[in-house]
Amino acid sequence: MKPDTTIAPPTPLRPALFVTVLTLLLALAGAFLSVMIAPEPARAQGGATASCAVDADTACIQGSIRTSEGEPASGVVLTVTGPGGFEGTAEVDGTGRWALPVTEGGQYTVALDTDSLPDGEFLTNAEQDERMVNATLGANAGVIFQLSATEGATTGDTAAAFNWERVGQQLASGIRLGLLLALAAIGLSLIYGTTGLSSFSHGEQVTLGGLLAYVFANQLGMNIFLAAMLTVVLCAATGFIQDWAIWKPLRRRGLSLTQLMIVTIGLSIALQYAFQYFFGAATVRIQTANPSTVTLAGITLTVQSYVAMGVSIVVLVLTGLFLTKTRTGRATRAVSDNPALAAASGIDVDRIIRLVWTVAAGLAGLSGVMLGLVLNGVNWMTGLQILLLMFAAVTLGGLGTSFGALAGSLIIGVIVELTNLVLPGDFKYATALLILIVILLFRPQGIFGRAERIG
Amino acid sequence: MDYVISLLRALTGEALAPTTAAFALAAIGLNIHFGFTGLINMGQAAFLLVGAYGFAISLTSGLPIGVAVLIGLLCGVIFALILGVPTLKLRGDYLAIVTICAAEIIRMVGRSSILTDVTGGSNGITGSSYRDAFTALSPLPDGQTTILWFTYDNNGVSGWWIRIVAWGLVALLCVIVFLLSRSPWGRVLKGIREDEDAVRSLGKNVFSYKMQALVFGGVIGSLAGIIYVLPSSVQPDALGRSTTFFIWTALLLGGAATVFGPVLGAVLFFSVRLLIRTLAGDFIPASIMSNQQADQFSYVLVGVALMCLIIFRPQGILGNKKELSFSV
Repeated sequence: MKPDTTIAPPTPLRPALFVTVLTLLLALAGAFLSVMIAPEPARAQGGATASCAVDADTACIQGSIRTSEGEPASGVVLTVTGPGGFEGTAEVDGTGRWALPVTEGGQYTVALDTDSLPDGEFLTNAEQDERMVNATLGANAGVIFQLSATEGATTGDTAAAFNWERVGQQLASGIRLGLLLALAAIGLSLIYGTTGLSSFSHGEQVTLGGLLAYVFANQLGMNIFLAAMLTVVLCAATGFIQDWAIWKPLRRRGLSLTQLMIVTIGLSIALQYAFQYFFGAATVRIQTANPSTVTLAGITLTVQSYVAMGVSIVVLVLTGLFLTKTRTGRATRAVSDNPALAAASGIDVDRIIRLVWTVAAGLAGLSGVMLGLVLNGVNWMTGLQILLLMFAAVTLGGLGTSFGALAGSLIIGVIVELTNLVLPGDFKYATALLILIVILLFRPQGIFGRAERIG
Repeated sequence: MDYVISLLRALTGEALAPTTAAFALAAIGLNIHFGFTGLINMGQAAFLLVGAYGFAISLTSGLPIGVAVLIGLLCGVIFALILGVPTLKLRGDYLAIVTICAAEIIRMVGRSSILTDVTGGSNGITGSSYRDAFTALSPLPDGQTTILWFTYDNNGVSGWWIRIVAWGLVALLCVIVFLLSRSPWGRVLKGIREDEDAVRSLGKNVFSYKMQALVFGGVIGSLAGIIYVLPSSVQPDALGRSTTFFIWTALLLGGAATVFGPVLGAVLFFSVRLLIRTLAGDFIPASIMSNQQADQFSYVLVGVALMCLIIFRPQGILGNKKELSFSV
């Protein structure tokens, strides 16, 4: 456990209203801009299908079919056969959805008529053009068909699909994810190192970056590099303001680390729903054009991916140089090591912590922009989804050590993507979290951490 | 005037809903972990989820309801044991991260497509497939009953029968927690919360006591999960991280380390959110705030309320500040 970083006596309480108002302002600061510009914020689409309504005597067998480009595959015909000689057909409508009401529960077979597919579209896993589905009265039963632009494509969730080309491809995706993760995780690690706080709102800083880039690049039509830079500056500013308005006053009040952690959880909830309030629940895309791909050494990634990886490496190297070569960087590491000793040797601990919050928020914002570009979009839970991966990366590397955070991020990124080779996609995050638990069992201080840190 | 009365009826209806009771139970369980023992369990929703899965899957595979409830609770015990062995020796914030990760693993595995035959995948298990066994136990005659302004079906999906059972369990557990907190066992737990080393020096096996608290609170959580899914369905994504955080908000609002705090917190959590939603929906024009946005706005306020609570009144409404330790 770390000693309290402040030596000053507790200052009088700031009025409750003040912190509350600032928090709200902060939560809404990034988003309010878009409201001025975006006439129609994207809203979540309702799940109801026009042609079928579920009630006590009806079940809906339904699904949604889109082309490989993501357009509705309207006109595709499906034949449903089931108990009691039931036979019916459904056609995909203009929104890409189809539904068929049935009045008897049981097992149904849904067959897709491959002749009705749009030109140039083929069924993925074409040897199975039928799906079995269990319909229960009073409920929806979903059926999934996936289309592809190449004939004979498979989703590869079968063991037979294992080959070295896929390993290479997944490895590259893993390194890409790891590098982007590292940008955000280093900030998380620096915050932990200097203040002892596990910040649960760090994921929302990532989301904020992606959504701001959406506002600038998509809504305002700015050049993507300009938009990214503006986003990083604004995100860094939110970090600065946060430390000024929330974290520094709370440190002075002498709140325990657990209390501070719960404050970050509250902030994270408020921000998540503020994002939904302004942007809706749907995924928004920073760049609307279909990304072009480049194949290097047999590995195909989008242009954005290569650029994002390059930018990450440059920024990570710069951060590393800053921490090791500059006076302020060394002071930061000194504070991480022992805040009381650092303060005694004349380092302004509060100034360093302010800097750390600013840099951490800026790096998280940059990570969010590039995740949005690489993953083809960003929504209110983008950051939420990778927050635990960040914790896993930071813990794996050793809490509070920045180089550990980089190594941990790369390992976690690669593990997440390689899991896809052997297990269905649902498990990829679960594996990373399981590894986190195992590390805490056997080496809680992580790879680069020292045992005394775990207390 | 009519508006105020109908609003009050809606609020009291929400306050007495079975979901509120389930939340109260979950918060009572969390109170054993955090309020009495000082364990920062950030995965309480997973206890609800494993309890709900154990209960619903046992019933759909044809077991009698008594066995199904036992299996649901047993799932909570097993999850607590698995969670406790690696984590109870770690410091508070590590415990928080591990529990939250374990909860996410349970949710991700539950919703994964390869388990669709067992857990229903991300669609979950529909309530109609297991609810009948519970309704069949009801001694109430069919039909509707009105007490004050509450009119519900006696045995309907969210009717009197489930309400009586749910709130009966809440009352029972309040009594049990009251008795336990005054027992020697409860005093050891509080001792661990205040000073683990002091308790250890008295020759108590701290790890064992922490484990007992984790299992007991977890079993209450699993019971809460069973109540939670009876009027609705088993949806893994409905019992994720947010639910854990909302249970925490309810507990901290009412007051940790108190007997009635979790119940009061859960009731307030649901009725105040409904109040905000309704007022915002009725008085703010849709061009400024749609109904959906009013709902999201109420959650933004939940987040801000959680922050303010923990900063300005960490003991909550009923709590005693001396009883509370956030020692990390």
